[in-house]
Amino acid sequence: MNLILRPVAAEFSKILTTRMWWILALVLFGYIALLAGGLAALFGGLESGAINPDAVNTGGGSSLTGLGSLPPLIYSFASSVGYVFPVLLGALATTGEFRHQTLTPTFLATPKRGRVLGAKTISLFVVGAALGVVGLAASVGVGALVLGGFGVDPLLADGETWALIGRTVLAMALWAVIGVGLGVLVPSQVASIVIVLAFTQFVEPLLRFAAAFTEVTADIGKFLPGAASDALVGASFFTLASPGGTVLEPWQGGLALLAYGLVATVGGYFISWKRDVT
Amino acid sequence: MPIGAVIEFTSITKKFGQVTAVNDLSFTVEPGRVTGFLGPNGAGKTTTLRMLLGLVAPTSGTATFGGLRYRDLPRPLHTVGAALEAASFHPGRTAAHHLGVYTIAAGLPRTRVVEVLHTVGLAEHANQRVGSYSLGMRQRLGLAYSLLGDPGVLVLDEPINGLDPEGIKWIRGFLSSMAAEGRTVLVSSHLLSEVQQSVDDVIIIAKGELVHSGPLSSLDTNIAPQVIVDSPNRDALIMALTDAGVPFTSGRTGLIVAVPDPGRVGHIAFTAGVELNVLHRQKAGLEDSFLALVEGGDSL
Ligand SMILES: Nc1ncnc2c1ncn2[C@@H]1O[C@H](COP(=O)(O)OP(=O)(O)O)[C@@H](O)[C@H]1O
Ligand SMILES: [Mg+2]
Repeated sequence: MNLILRPVAAEFSKILTTRMWWILALVLFGYIALLAGGLAALFGGLESGAINPDAVNTGGGSSLTGLGSLPPLIYSFASSVGYVFPVLLGALATTGEFRHQTLTPTFLATPKRGRVLGAKTISLFVVGAALGVVGLAASVGVGALVLGGFGVDPLLADGETWALIGRTVLAMALWAVIGVGLGVLVPSQVASIVIVLAFTQFVEPLLRFAAAFTEVTADIGKFLPGAASDALVGASFFTLASPGGTVLEPWQGGLALLAYGLVATVGGYFISWKRDVT
Repeated sequence: MPIGAVIEFTSITKKFGQVTAVNDLSFTVEPGRVTGFLGPNGAGKTTTLRMLLGLVAPTSGTATFGGLRYRDLPRPLHTVGAALEAASFHPGRTAAHHLGVYTIAAGLPRTRVVEVLHTVGLAEHANQRVGSYSLGMRQRLGLAYSLLGDPGVLVLDEPINGLDPEGIKWIRGFLSSMAAEGRTVLVSSHLLSEVQQSVDDVIIIAKGELVHSGPLSSLDTNIAPQVIVDSPNRDALIMALTDAGVPFTSGRTGLIVAVPDPGRVGHIAFTAGVELNVLHRQKAGLEDSFLALVEGGDSL
């Protein structure tokens, strides 16, 4: 048991002894708190009548207010917007080993390289989950507070809300695993970060949007990682913004995310991890 | 007391694409002695050591510690301590945290961190981020890593590079004391003079191939002594030597004549009526033997 516990503990120590984890956690919290708080205030204001609907151009706002599913939508920001943070942390955890040449002391201490990669995956899964908790602290914490302030029921007594919270934590954990996989697939740190940012902030949203236009592409588009993640969580601003898009079942979304993470990690193992460390 | 294992390389070869970095290298390294692994830059030292440590896969051949490959050692850091030349640190991590990570991975007591930092003289800088370390401090930290498991075998790649004179003096004594305790100490360098004072044995490679191995003293006899001679009228001296048919080359401090006897050179000058201001016998130093070996490529 020590054979895997020790490398896992070492990987945790690697994460916790540099500043990146809390910098990302802090930015994640601030970003999600701002978004969730802001939108909770906007929709809460509309719903409660504190804001005159004619005063703002909400697009689909009038239908939104009628949805009655406002709290889950806002809570899901933790993952639907925040998922880029665990991916980044995971990618930095692997690419950093290449960049700073710490693969040498790592593989000297644990020569079985697959074990190290497995340990990294496990530890990042846990840290990703922790980032999920941070994101939820922002989206649920701030969101519920603001909604409550406008007299909208934050649905915190609802079991479905807590199920969504649990699935969000799982989604964030899986995103960190995907980050690890991306990092071994593309060991160049700069390239990895560029891919994460470009894909999550630009390429995938566009693809998901475009895919929704025909039935065939929509069937493919629902397997895009962001779509799978939103399906796992079960609510997303994005799926709402592109109506008509087919959506996976939550468990299917979870499996799709896991598959992305594992395929990338196993592929990366052969592409970079097993290579000569010179 | 940790007991050193014998390191054994057997026909180890590494090709990077078209480049053969190490070619069919075989030698053994004994415990209780400091073995210098020498060769000019690019000779293949680092590649050889990385193959020994399982970081680079050999194209063919094996490298073992007491018969076991590195990856098959049950507790690698307890058996082998290695410091390789590249600075392998996350700059944002403190030295103590850096070492702490690997004590956890290897299941070593955390107290080892402070102990090894103390040994290498970094105790005061334990909680400083490694990014602010000087090259010499990084070398010491690399050495501290190698000592974590109190191993019987030390493999050090260019450990003297970047050390200050005080550090060089310290590491020489340190290497000798480690060997005196019965450990196996393999230390690479591209300069013989760097390690000459502390090594017992030498393995010399050039262009990835073995050119010499044996005790340090075996280098001594490799090159015949020469005579250094000079004159205020060097042209006349050159003519005299040419007429006498003795081979010579021009050196910085005079002409280097390839005969062992200064008397004979003096006699040649005397009979030609050439005044001399330098005439002495020079026994080629170890460094000259070393250079001749790695440049000539022939085993003497
Ligand atoms: N990763 C690599 N890819 C290609 N060639 C390499 C690589 N690493 C080393 N080499 C080549 O192998 C040879 C030996 O290098 P090295 O082992 O670093 O020598 P040394 O440590 O003695 O200076 C050199 O010609 C070097 O260019
Ligand atoms: Mg080298």
